[in-house]
Amino acid sequence: MNATASRRPLLEVNDLKKHFPIRAGLFSGITGYVYAVDGVSFAIARGETLSLVGESGCGKSTVGRTVLRLLEPTAGQVLLDGVRIDHLSPSRLRPLRRRMQVVFQDPFSSLNPRLKVRDILAEPITNFGLARSRSDLDDRIADLLDKVRLPRDAMNRFPHEFSGGQRQRIGIARALAPGADLIVCDEAVSALDVSVKAQIVNLLSDLQRELHLSLLFISHDLAIVEHLTHRVAVMYLGKIVEIAEKRTLFSAPKHPYTEALLSAVPVPDPTVRRNRIILSGDVPSPIRPPPGCRFHTRCPRAFDRCRVEEPVLKAVGPGHVVACHLHDLPAPAHAA
Amino acid sequence: MSQNTAVAAAPAAVELFAEEPQRGHIRTFLRRHPSIVLGGTILALMVAIALLAPYLWTTDPQALAPRLRVRPPSAEFWFGTDMLGRDIYSRVLYGTRVSLIVGFSVAILASLAGLAIGLISGFIRLADGIIMRVMDGLMSIPPILLAIALMAATRGSVENVIIAITIAEIPRVSRLVRGVVLSLREQPFVEAAIAAGTTTRRIIIRHILPNTLAPLTVQATYICASAMITEAILSFIGAGTPPIIPSWGNIMAEGRALWQVAPYIVFFPAVFLSLTVLSVNLLGDGLRDALDPRMAKRL
Repeated sequence: MNATASRRPLLEVNDLKKHFPIRAGLFSGITGYVYAVDGVSFAIARGETLSLVGESGCGKSTVGRTVLRLLEPTAGQVLLDGVRIDHLSPSRLRPLRRRMQVVFQDPFSSLNPRLKVRDILAEPITNFGLARSRSDLDDRIADLLDKVRLPRDAMNRFPHEFSGGQRQRIGIARALAPGADLIVCDEAVSALDVSVKAQIVNLLSDLQRELHLSLLFISHDLAIVEHLTHRVAVMYLGKIVEIAEKRTLFSAPKHPYTEALLSAVPVPDPTVRRNRIILSGDVPSPIRPPPGCRFHTRCPRAFDRCRVEEPVLKAVGPGHVVACHLHDLPAPAHAA
Repeated sequence: MSQNTAVAAAPAAVELFAEEPQRGHIRTFLRRHPSIVLGGTILALMVAIALLAPYLWTTDPQALAPRLRVRPPSAEFWFGTDMLGRDIYSRVLYGTRVSLIVGFSVAILASLAGLAIGLISGFIRLADGIIMRVMDGLMSIPPILLAIALMAATRGSVENVIIAITIAEIPRVSRLVRGVVLSLREQPFVEAAIAAGTTTRRIIIRHILPNTLAPLTVQATYICASAMITEAILSFIGAGTPPIIPSWGNIMAEGRALWQVAPYIVFFPAVFLSLTVLSVNLLGDGLRDALDPRMAKRL
């Protein structure tokens, strides 16, 4: 591997947009759009975890699905290892799918109830023609079960014979099966109870280290994110408002929304007194996002400029970008 | 150990198809679903009657005996005779064949056609709009009227009865399959299969089709029951099975005029029809409960 290839990010997303058309009836045309994802850019290096956090409905899952081409992007670029995959035809894309896999939130609906674990895990392997023989396939499946710490005899059983945590392990094994470089974890631990959640998070970070995986970890749970991520991207209403290294983001957040999110994370120490930032109101509708900064309707520190001019992501430190006029003050001073 | 209890408690959605045919399993399964046992037994009896009709002390169901008209049930004529002196017992037993053939054929044909149509409209957006509007149109006509209209356009024969009722039943099956397909398409396991590089064809065969079979099987039993009733109605009004083939519907039609003098002519085919329809419906209810454990617990 040459130097440029190793420095190139594994996944690069440039100005990704996904707008869902709204149709009122059968014959009437499109009456509007849901701007679920509206210009999102980020990159993930090899072996890195990027967490995408935000409230429900902010478009973080849509980003994951669009990157995986489970949804067709409206605009923007998705580059996997330098190759654009956003416009490839399904047949040209299929071989590249081997390199990016997905783990879903619900461990029950993410496994076909009529297939044995063996068949579930064999599917990606045979799809990409990775097994040389039947015994090679069996070896690979046994190896996958070892990796996710499930007994090997699990392969002859059906998904409904397992608990939620075990099923999530099967889902992870399926994502590992084709030897993917990038795994999108779409709220992968949100449906599990606390003790199981911890096990799965530890399993994911162990696997990442062992296999040098890149993870796009989509979550609303900052406590979990803090535990396993390298960098964090905060999303609000279809846009990324801040990206930073984990330590920077958790200790010195710049965007008011990030500050509010962090202040909502429970701290397991009753003696700690904190200033909770309580946001008023609901997330505005992504059908008619507010003009200017999308957060200005709820932002405690909004001023006039926020209502008219949309902030862009600007660097405020090494690897730290924020889209907020508060950190862009010199510019209006100059203009004035 | 905890895994074993999880096995027992887990929703056994695939029980009917997935379980190994072990003795203990079958016994508990039957005990848990008495309506399957009852319905299945009656239906099996009806199938046996249809197959063995010539050997069950019957005579030629078409043999006329003008001197023995309208005889009440007796040791010689178990169910009596009709106005042409034909043995009603033999006619009713042979009539089982028509009902079952029509019921089963319509259930199978309508399920297959509905499956194909439902899959197409569930997967091809453009076709969906057109197909479903056609199905809405068909559904706006009561199935019996549609079947009568179709029979009026053709010659009366068992095959035409089957075709007419099948066409009348297809819209409901298509709707069901389409709905199931649309909900399955959004399931994460289908998305995971797409991400794992599975082709659309294999997704349909491996992931969609097997998961439509349970609701389709249940629907097929209801279609079977309703097809048998529709066949009897068509024959009763003279638009169905031709008179030379005895069917429950036309036996009742012939007995209608003599209803006050000889009620047994109508009574026996009616009992057989009711029993058969009841058995199929019981089987359907039982299957629905067995295939959908959440439903079973609520009832």
